[in-house]
Amino acid sequence: MEAEIVYIVLAAMFGLFMAWGIGANDVANAMATSVGSKALTIKQAILVAAVFEFLGAVLAGGAVTDTVRKGIVDTDLLASTPELLVYGMLAALLAAGTWLFIASRNGWPVSTTHSIVGAIVGFAAVGIGVDAVQWGKVGTIVMSWVVSPLTAGFIAYLIYQSVQRLILRQDDPLAKAKRYVPVYIFFAAFTITLVTILKGLKHVGLTISLRDSYILAIAIAIGIALIGALVIRRIQPDKKAEKHAHFYTVERVFGVLMVVTACGMAFAHGSNDVANAIGPVAAVVSVAQNGVITAKSTLPIWVLILGGGGIVVGLATYGRHVIATVGKKITQLTPSRGFAAELAAATTIVIASGTGMPISTTHTLVGAVLGVGMARGIEAIDLRVVGRILVSWVVTIPAGAFLAIVFFFIFKTVLP
Amino acid sequence: MANVLANIFGSSPVRPLEKHIGIAFLCAKQLRAFFVAAIAGEWDTAAAVRDEIDKLEHEADDLKKEIRLHLPKSLFMPVPREDLLELLLVQDKIANLSKDVSGIVIGRKMQIPAAIAEQFLDFVERNVDAAKQARKSVRELDELFTAGFRGAEVDLVSALIEELDRIETDTDSKQAELRWALYEIESTLNPIDAVFLYQVIELTGQIADMAERVGRRLELLLSH
Repeated sequence: MEAEIVYIVLAAMFGLFMAWGIGANDVANAMATSVGSKALTIKQAILVAAVFEFLGAVLAGGAVTDTVRKGIVDTDLLASTPELLVYGMLAALLAAGTWLFIASRNGWPVSTTHSIVGAIVGFAAVGIGVDAVQWGKVGTIVMSWVVSPLTAGFIAYLIYQSVQRLILRQDDPLAKAKRYVPVYIFFAAFTITLVTILKGLKHVGLTISLRDSYILAIAIAIGIALIGALVIRRIQPDKKAEKHAHFYTVERVFGVLMVVTACGMAFAHGSNDVANAIGPVAAVVSVAQNGVITAKSTLPIWVLILGGGGIVVGLATYGRHVIATVGKKITQLTPSRGFAAELAAATTIVIASGTGMPISTTHTLVGAVLGVGMARGIEAIDLRVVGRILVSWVVTIPAGAFLAIVFFFIFKTVLP
Repeated sequence: MANVLANIFGSSPVRPLEKHIGIAFLCAKQLRAFFVAAIAGEWDTAAAVRDEIDKLEHEADDLKKEIRLHLPKSLFMPVPREDLLELLLVQDKIANLSKDVSGIVIGRKMQIPAAIAEQFLDFVERNVDAAKQARKSVRELDELFTAGFRGAEVDLVSALIEELDRIETDTDSKQAELRWALYEIESTLNPIDAVFLYQVIELTGQIADMAERVGRRLELLLSH
């Protein structure tokens, strides 16, 4: 019994540390787009992030958590030695946390997801045996890392093209914006609500039929779009500011939309990134509580809450500074462009979360930004940085794996 | 800590370009006060204005270098980098010309003959108008980027450039008239002064030419 408590406490500590790190650094990417485009103030951004990251983690994070805790390692092989899974998952958490710490000290654009998956594959392949890794599943995950930024980029390209055609290139962009922005709000709200209902609610014990899910999602989305339309209607043109920038008021209309997509982005981020930090914790907890590895064991909700809570603390202690700094640097991302990138990224991420794919939210967002750039929407993108992201992408997996192997053998010797 | 999302955005050249044309225009604008002082023979005032032009021209130069420095080849932009650099170069020439013109006049303490003084000021004024119209056109750059160089915004900029062309044509005819007026009185002038007067007229006229070329460069951007 003593040992089990040690495992759970260690797992919770490491998991909390990871979640804190995500809240401190990673959330900035999801929220800074809104702060940079002045759609939200820092305080509002923190509030939105805290609420929706938490909701995303708890409501829609289950599938990804499941993949991370039992989709990568073939647990059948460990039926007689469940403690190996515990050491491994603890090692993976610590390895990913350490790697993220090193990387962020050096300014390398690495992904939490890639570190975690690399670490789990590493300890399983070397610590247990090459057969212990479900390579098919890992292959799918790696593919999703390629596909998700591309998909987000493509969606962002289409969205921004439609914005340009329907609104920005018209004679009266303000009237057109007031007409079409509520439609975009509807689509943003619909996608995120639908995926939440379809994939998320069963983790909190609710089941709704497919037809009802669609009806409910449409109803909620219409409600949000109507509220948005009311807010938009109250926006009056500012003639003085428009003298310097014709799109000043139009961008303010897009600002309303961006509040919605920011919520969506925070939700999506919570559903994916929190979940994959919390996956190993869930694995450890389930082994420690049951003494055996049970594939059927349900995910304890307090684990998701731990992850969501960790993020909020990270946000409050350190994240706000990062959001402020990043927000100042991305002024090119005006609301009309930022929403296209956010909506595309959030949609891609939420769908990936729904299917249990642990993808990198930051890389997906970068893909979306490039998509807006392809639609000639961004003034200047530094391709050297994009190249560096690709390099760190490749380096992170072996690095996470190597650290996890080292920690695995240490834990195996030290822990009871 | 470096952040991916913050770094992926290269520094946009759009605002700096708009700022640069603003300074170049201010340079040209000073010529009005400069020539008023020179014609009145108030050389202290003229020298002060000339210093101001000098200072502004330096400012434009520094900004030009700064913009070039932040426009590496690795940038992915909706318009060719070369076209933006070319635009910057022509903009900068407006500042340079203003400095050159005022430099010659103050260096030689040139007397503008009273007979053509009014016409001369009118000509300077029109060139300043051209620079102002160039500034107005370049200030649409950020809107052009937002709209992706298509649609209503393009029509708006095209109209601005057309107006710029009209102003430039106007300066051309004013320049011809001014040269003719000078020709008629040139025998009464010191020959060397006359030669330099022709040169000052020529250089001043180039301000509108450069402003027009700013328009041409913008048009090139529109055609992408």
